[in-house]
Amino acid sequence: MILTQVTAAETEINPLVPHVPEIILGVIVIAILFVGVAKFIVPNFEKAYADRTAAIEGGIENANAKQAEADAKLAQLEAQLADARHEAARIREQAREEGAAIKAELRAEAQAEAERIITAGKAQIEAERQAAAASLKTEVGSLATGLAGRIVGESLDDDERSSRVVERFLADLEAGVH
Amino acid sequence: MKSLAATVMASESGPHIPGPADFFLPPIIGSGEWAPTKIMLLVVLSVVIVLGFFYAASRKAAVVPGRLQFAGEYVYGMVRNSIARDIIGSQDYMRFVPYLFTVFTFILVNNFYGIIPLIQFPTMSHIGYTAALALITWLIYNVVGIAKHGFVGYLKLQTVPSGVSGPILIMMVPLEFLSNIIVRPFTLAIRLFATMFAGHLLLALFSLGGAWLLLHYAPTWQGVAAGLFAFLLGIMVSFLDILIMFLQAYVFTLLSAMYIAGAVADEH
Repeated sequence: MILTQVTAAETEINPLVPHVPEIILGVIVIAILFVGVAKFIVPNFEKAYADRTAAIEGGIENANAKQAEADAKLAQLEAQLADARHEAARIREQAREEGAAIKAELRAEAQAEAERIITAGKAQIEAERQAAAASLKTEVGSLATGLAGRIVGESLDDDERSSRVVERFLADLEAGVH
Repeated sequence: MKSLAATVMASESGPHIPGPADFFLPPIIGSGEWAPTKIMLLVVLSVVIVLGFFYAASRKAAVVPGRLQFAGEYVYGMVRNSIARDIIGSQDYMRFVPYLFTVFTFILVNNFYGIIPLIQFPTMSHIGYTAALALITWLIYNVVGIAKHGFVGYLKLQTVPSGVSGPILIMMVPLEFLSNIIVRPFTLAIRLFATMFAGHLLLALFSLGGAWLLLHYAPTWQGVAAGLFAFLLGIMVSFLDILIMFLQAYVFTLLSAMYIAGAVADEH
C-alpha cells in the first residue's frame, strides 16, 4: 500500500518540472532585489571605495609633500654646513698667512734695526777717527814746530844734547796731556 | 495534508522515507498553484534580509569601516573583485556587478535557509527559482552579446571556435550552439536545484530515520545506538551542506560571470 502511494506521489510530483508561479515569483523577487542592490547598495559601497582611494591618495600626496619639504630643508642645512666649513678653512688660512706676514715683517724690522745700529756705529767710529786725525794733524804741526824751535834753541851739534831735548819734550808733552 | 497523513501512517510500520513529496508543502492560505506557501514567503523574506543587511552595512560608506560595513564589504568585494573584475575584465565589469551581487546574495541566503533552525528549507531545492535565475542569466548574456557584436556576429562568436575551419565546422557549429546557447540555462538551473535538493533530502533522511530508530526500533539498545550514530552523521552532513550551500552560490555567480565574459569578449 505504501509502495503504491509512493509511486503515485512520484508520478504526481516531479521535482524537475518547474512550477510557473515559482518562476514568475522568482523573476519578480530577483528584479526587486536587483533594483535595490543597483540603487542603494552598489553605489554606497562604491562611494566607500572611492572615498577610501581618495583618502589614501591624499595621504600619499601629503606624505610626498612632507618628504620633499624635509629633503629641501636637509639640502639647505647641508649647504649651510658646507659654507660654514669653507668659511672656517678660509679664516684659518688667512690667519696663517697673516701670522707668516707678521713674522716676516718683524724679522725685516729687526734686521733693519740691526743694520741701522751697525751703520750708526760705523759712522760714529769713522767720525771719531776723522776728528782724531784732524786734531792730530793740527797738533802734529804745532808740536813739530815747537820741537823744531827747541832743537834749534839748543845746540844742534851735540847728539847727546839733542836726544835729551827730544826726551824732555816728550816728557813735557806727556805731562801737558795729563 | 496528504504528506502529514503519510508520515503518521509510516511511523507505525517503518520510518518515513523522505522523497520529492516532502519538498512540496501545503499552502498557508487558500489552495491551488498560486496560493502562498512557506517557500514563497521565504523567497520574499530573502529579499528583505539581503537588502536590509547590506543597506545597513553600506549606509555609512565610511572610509574606515565598522564591523558591519567590513562584513558587507567583504562579500561585496568578493563578488566585485574576485568574480566580476577578474573574469569579465576591468573594462566593463562594473555594469554587471549589481546583477552578480544580486545573484550571489540571493542564492546564498536562500541556500542557508536549509540549515537555519525552524526555517530548515533551502528554497533553491525548488527548480522554479533556480530556473528563474538561470533564465535571467541566459537573457542577460545573450542580450549583451547581441548588443555588442550584432546578431550574426554574436552567433559566430558563440558557435565558431577559433582556429577551426573547413568541413569540421559542420559538426562543431551545432555542438557549440547546443552547449553555449541551449544547454547552459538548464545546467545552471539543475546544478543548483539538484545539490540543494539532495542536501535537504540527506538531512531529512538522517534526522527522520535517526528519530525513528531512536524511538521505534524493536531491540531498543540497537535502535538507540543506530539512531545516535545517524544523528552524528546528520550533523557531519550538515557541515558539508553548509560548504555546498556557499559553493553553489559561488559557482552560479561565477558561471554567470563567465557566460557574460564570453558574450562580451572581443572576437578571436
